[in-house]
Amino acid sequence: MRLRHHATIALLLWASSCVGYDHQSALDPAGPQAGSVHGLWYLMLGISAGVYVVVVAALLLVIRRRQAHPLEPDETRSRDREARAKRVVVIAGAVTVGVLFVVLLADLAVARGLTRLATSPALTIRVTGHQWWWDVEYEDSIPQRRVRLANEIHLPVGQPVLVKLQSHDVIHSFWVPNLAGKRDLIPGHHTETWIRADRPGVYRSQCAEFCGLQHAKMALYVVAEPRDQFDAWIARQRTPAVTPNDTLAIRGKGVLESGSCALCHTVTSTLARGLVGPNLTHVGSRLSLAAGTLPNTPGYLAGWIADPQTIKPGAQMPPNSLTPEDLRALVAYLSTLR
Amino acid sequence: MSVRFMAISALPVALSLAGCKQENRDFREMPPAATPTEAIRVGELQPGGGPPFDSTVTKYADNAYAIGTGQRLYNQMNCVGCHFHGGGGIGPALMDEQWIYGSDPAQIFKTIVEGRPNGMPSFRNKLDNQQVWQLVAYVRSLSGLGGSTVSSAREDHMYLSPDLAIRSPEKPTRSAPRP
Repeated sequence: MRLRHHATIALLLWASSCVGYDHQSALDPAGPQAGSVHGLWYLMLGISAGVYVVVVAALLLVIRRRQAHPLEPDETRSRDREARAKRVVVIAGAVTVGVLFVVLLADLAVARGLTRLATSPALTIRVTGHQWWWDVEYEDSIPQRRVRLANEIHLPVGQPVLVKLQSHDVIHSFWVPNLAGKRDLIPGHHTETWIRADRPGVYRSQCAEFCGLQHAKMALYVVAEPRDQFDAWIARQRTPAVTPNDTLAIRGKGVLESGSCALCHTVTSTLARGLVGPNLTHVGSRLSLAAGTLPNTPGYLAGWIADPQTIKPGAQMPPNSLTPEDLRALVAYLSTLR
Repeated sequence: MSVRFMAISALPVALSLAGCKQENRDFREMPPAATPTEAIRVGELQPGGGPPFDSTVTKYADNAYAIGTGQRLYNQMNCVGCHFHGGGGIGPALMDEQWIYGSDPAQIFKTIVEGRPNGMPSFRNKLDNQQVWQLVAYVRSLSGLGGSTVSSAREDHMYLSPDLAIRSPEKPTRSAPRP
């Protein structure tokens, strides 16, 4: 009874780990590319399982037959048996080659489907990998309508999106397991990939190429939402940062502009114009802080500003020795940037 | 298996492990503060005899990570906009032997933090002390001062100065600011 109880718990744990836990799983496809990869995965699992069963069964059969009929010194019978064995080996070899060809053809068909989703994209997003965060820019022919944010992508459901990839420093890899396969970001080289989400949801993505100390803490969230919600979101992102009206937030804006923040970060409509770190114009609306490392709450934000090197050692943001009042004001101001 | 055999076979392992000395990377520390720099002189002229220039070489000078991070900051903070990659242009060259305000780490620290006339901005409260020391280490490495065994790993443009390893550092001299 107890054993069965334990087995159930183990099974549940295993199931929760592979059924879309934290919205990151290649076995829970939400787009056409991940869907076809998923199909290939099951085909190969089925074939491998079948081959395993056949091989083990053949082995057991041979053992049993040898036990039933021990070796006989009769020459004619042994020659006869050798010819039979030869036939079996040739047939098994042919079947193996045939099965491998099936896998090869299925693989080629899937790879062909992954290259391109449409003739023209509904949306073009430029994603730049940095140690250790993602810079995201929505392209638009009118410069004022471009949107820049970090560690988050919003998409309209059911529409093909072209993602242009480049790296600022070392090789990274863009991988949203629920939507598509991996694509490397190589310094000095432009690569691109397509994604399409067919059902709304938040899909976690992570850097899939070791890129340094904090490679593990380099996540990106892909938010797929219905077209009207997406339009509302992008319209909000296009607006400049709100001007604060309470005294605490006004002081916080002063801290941001006069302190070290402005050297690396941009908040549109303020003096902060740095391009080294993530754009903070609408930082209050993001799902996470520090590339999926922390939840976006005022407490975590204050901790991150004061001492990023404890949370993410090696990150490029230095510790900031602000007075408690300044830190509180800065966090209050950043929280208003929604 | 005899004890002697085990000891002999363990020797190469111990030797190779001793070779695995990894460089220290300090991400979070309390670096020397800016306050002692109040006592640092930037000129040589003074009445009577003064104390010799402090030539403390900080631990950053022998650390490739510090120099590499300093190089990253040198580009990010746009030092490169005026000093170029050490050759100078709008600002003075940093890879030669001439230092207007002194070549000691503490003097360069003070120059970055305070700024200097004719265009050098002050980075007081804009950069963390540790970042300034990393910049100092990189700036000194441009002219072959500081550690001779380390160099930045970030050098991916055409390298302007000869290999630091074979370069003998020039003796720093002082010169008046150019008119």
